[in-house]
Amino acid sequence: MPTTVTSTGAPVNASWEDLVSSAVLGTDRRPLRTEEGAAVSPSALLDAAAAHTVRRRAALRPAVGATLPAPAPADLRPPLPDAARRRLAQLLADRSAQPGGGRRGSAPDLTELIPQWLASAGAHGYRAPAELLPALLDAARARTDLRPHVLAFAGPRGLWLASLNPEWRFALRASSRDARRPDTSDPAAVRRLWQEGLFAERVALLGALRDQDPGRARSLLVSTWSSERAEDRLMFLDSLRSGLSADDETFLEEALADRSRNVRATAAELLSSLPGSALARRMADRATSCVNPDRTGGTVSVAVEAPHECDPAMQRDGVVPVPPSGRGERSWWLGQLVEATPLGVWRERFGGRAAHELVALPVADGWAGELHAAWCRAAVRQRDPDWARALLGAPSTPPANGPGTASPAERSKLLASLPPSERALWVAGFIAAHGLSEAFQLLGVCSVPWDAPLGRSVVDALDIARDAGSYPWSFSGVMGLAERCLNPAEADRLAVLTTTPDEPEGASPGAGGYWSEAFQRLVSTLRLRAAMDAELSQGGAG
Amino acid sequence: MAPPTVVSMVLSHGGESSRSDRPAGRGTTKRTTVDVPDEPSHEAGGGPGPRAASADRAAARRAERRAERVSGGARELEQRLTDLLRGGLAAAGRPGHGLWEETAARMVDAQAPGLAGRARELASIPASGAGWPARLLEECALLHLLDSAWLRLGRLPGPLAATVRTRVGLTAPAGGPAVRDQWLVLARYDTPDGRIVTRRIWLYGRNSERIALLLSYGAPGRAPAHALPVGAVIDAEVTPYPGGGGLRVELGTEFGEPVVTGTPPPGGTAADAVAAYGNALRDDPWLDAWPATLRDVVPAPSGDGWQLVGVADGSALPVAARALSRPGLWKLVALSGGGPLTVFGECGHRGFDPFAAWCPEGSDGVGPGEAVALI
Repeated sequence: MPTTVTSTGAPVNASWEDLVSSAVLGTDRRPLRTEEGAAVSPSALLDAAAAHTVRRRAALRPAVGATLPAPAPADLRPPLPDAARRRLAQLLADRSAQPGGGRRGSAPDLTELIPQWLASAGAHGYRAPAELLPALLDAARARTDLRPHVLAFAGPRGLWLASLNPEWRFALRASSRDARRPDTSDPAAVRRLWQEGLFAERVALLGALRDQDPGRARSLLVSTWSSERAEDRLMFLDSLRSGLSADDETFLEEALADRSRNVRATAAELLSSLPGSALARRMADRATSCVNPDRTGGTVSVAVEAPHECDPAMQRDGVVPVPPSGRGERSWWLGQLVEATPLGVWRERFGGRAAHELVALPVADGWAGELHAAWCRAAVRQRDPDWARALLGAPSTPPANGPGTASPAERSKLLASLPPSERALWVAGFIAAHGLSEAFQLLGVCSVPWDAPLGRSVVDALDIARDAGSYPWSFSGVMGLAERCLNPAEADRLAVLTTTPDEPEGASPGAGGYWSEAFQRLVSTLRLRAAMDAELSQGGAG
Repeated sequence: MAPPTVVSMVLSHGGESSRSDRPAGRGTTKRTTVDVPDEPSHEAGGGPGPRAASADRAAARRAERRAERVSGGARELEQRLTDLLRGGLAAAGRPGHGLWEETAARMVDAQAPGLAGRARELASIPASGAGWPARLLEECALLHLLDSAWLRLGRLPGPLAATVRTRVGLTAPAGGPAVRDQWLVLARYDTPDGRIVTRRIWLYGRNSERIALLLSYGAPGRAPAHALPVGAVIDAEVTPYPGGGGLRVELGTEFGEPVVTGTPPPGGTAADAVAAYGNALRDDPWLDAWPATLRDVVPAPSGDGWQLVGVADGSALPVAARALSRPGLWKLVALSGGGPLTVFGECGHRGFDPFAAWCPEGSDGVGPGEAVALI
């Protein structure tokens, strides 16, 4: 016990606990006494406490170490080039600095570029820099759309880190196929994982196996099919969508008799996208008894006689008997039959007419809308570019007068069935004819970066909108898309648009300045994207 | 070899009660002023003409007046502390207790910013969780030690007196012999300090093997002067300030541009780090922490917090509570991946506060030798 000669000259010989209790209650109420019994002054108590404190601090010893965490699994991917690493740090720092809201100036919105950067880094196969893993996981925690890319990029060390911080638990739950691709090389291990694994692990396993060897994946599923729960059967069945072939037909035919209605419907849908399947033939037989050429009066038209009942056989093949409220049951049944019928059937049935001729035929009794809508769904389901093209019609035709559907959502699905360059051309033509107001969804299905004709068309339309004198934020959706999707090589050509023009007659006040600001942001974002691509392409010099 | 601690120096003289209202203080002040005025005089150099001499005299008078005001403040502070002890620290834990703010304001009036700052920090202790009375007693005792030391400044040996002056808030110019070295920037961070921003830059001298601290200040809305990035090496002269164990330096002439290279400073064990802190306390008992580099440590979760565990001997330092809420902690863990790192930071009675880390060669982290800032 330390003895301190105090400023009052008397030694204070007290334990730290005694000093604290006297100090807390006060020396008036709880005096501290020397060995001789004299009360110690507050000043002397403080002297003694100071001595205790400094002595204790000077005598610190290391603690006994806790158990070390198991090391993170090795990540063999090459490190990022230095410039790309600095860029990522900047993108992530900007994300956390975002005040949220407020008018956008001419500076690029870095947060919007994170998904593109991650996809590109992932395509190059780089390893995430360890010191940026926390910021990446924080970003993915805040934005679910970033999670698959972040988890794939973060790799094994990212998962290891997430296991130590409850805030990143989402990373362990996510069953991203990219993040943890199961090893399928060892048949015994595959079988064990399939029989004992968690649901997410099993879905991942089935998906991985299906990509490599569709038949082996199906056999694995068949081996336990009857004992799976209905929800699980539905999810597993869904993973047969990729690599679907005629080999799957027998299994899917059996699934048509499943106890669960959702499983039956999914099996029917998968079978109907196999044109050679027995189900597709049965549906074709039903549909062609309802839809036929009518040659009366010299010209050919389409005669429609919708089904009068939905019999058990139809229901077994996936036809839903009860329509949603507000729809007649006969047209509801007809739509489902046509949707599930292989499109090739119609050519046979109508004397060899091609898709674009078929959609131009007059349809009797006001059935045109119902029939064309069903053909649209069939074209999407069967991914048939000829039919998609025919149903979209010429891009310059006003949507309401087109052959297929006026809905931008349906049209973008049809567009997705076309080859990318054709898609871009069609949307370019559409924008040239109708402007940007209905183009947003259609632009969303075009591949990035946009082909030159599409890019030109979008920029021309923006330029026209500016000349018309409206404010740029009416087009902020398309502007944002353009920033992310225009080819970065267009930046120089666009630079002329960044000047503030004279305001045209009748323009909204100040619109010109806002437009030049918006174009400045567009150009600087494109330049930034070009720089980002170049940095990632430098090759693992890091 | 070890000098007697400040504690014994201050307290062993006996006799004087610091509560005495009278001359003790005045006498001390006189002695103090003997030390103070040496600040400007050595600049006079060539020919101290009559004007220079009178300027010196004016400066000496100003310094003496300042010292008297500080002494007045120190006596008032001592009075407040003993009053508090008489009534009990429990009173300081009651809500709305404005003692420390008021005391701090009085110390500002007394031109003793160091005393004011410490008094202000005491205000947060009652809200700091279980065990606060003991922590409050520790800090009250150290504050008492500081004001008593100031009031007896003339009896302290030179280096200790310089430390006390700096701690009270009287800055003396840097004056020791300049040290030229290859200085590696270990860490750089800014802390808001009222309306100004204080920037701390930690340097390691490759040849002298010493660690030095550069302080610079930024006015509201302006960045502090020095902008050296972590991991840079500058060939430069630094001049130490008196007191405080000679840690704080002023940056002198720089030779050439900073280069980014670098291997981490050679580190030591957890035991080395706490021993260095213990040693430093002899020169400056008010130190909360002392810089240290740890070699081959792994961050490991431990209870509610984290430790840095040495792989060689299994000894460990707890990570300081204030570092647990910083993003830097997770950077450190991510860099480690369960493997050993070199970590620079401050080691003190609150634990180890990591500022920068280096990965060993061949790890998945950043390139070997590249410093990663954690703060």
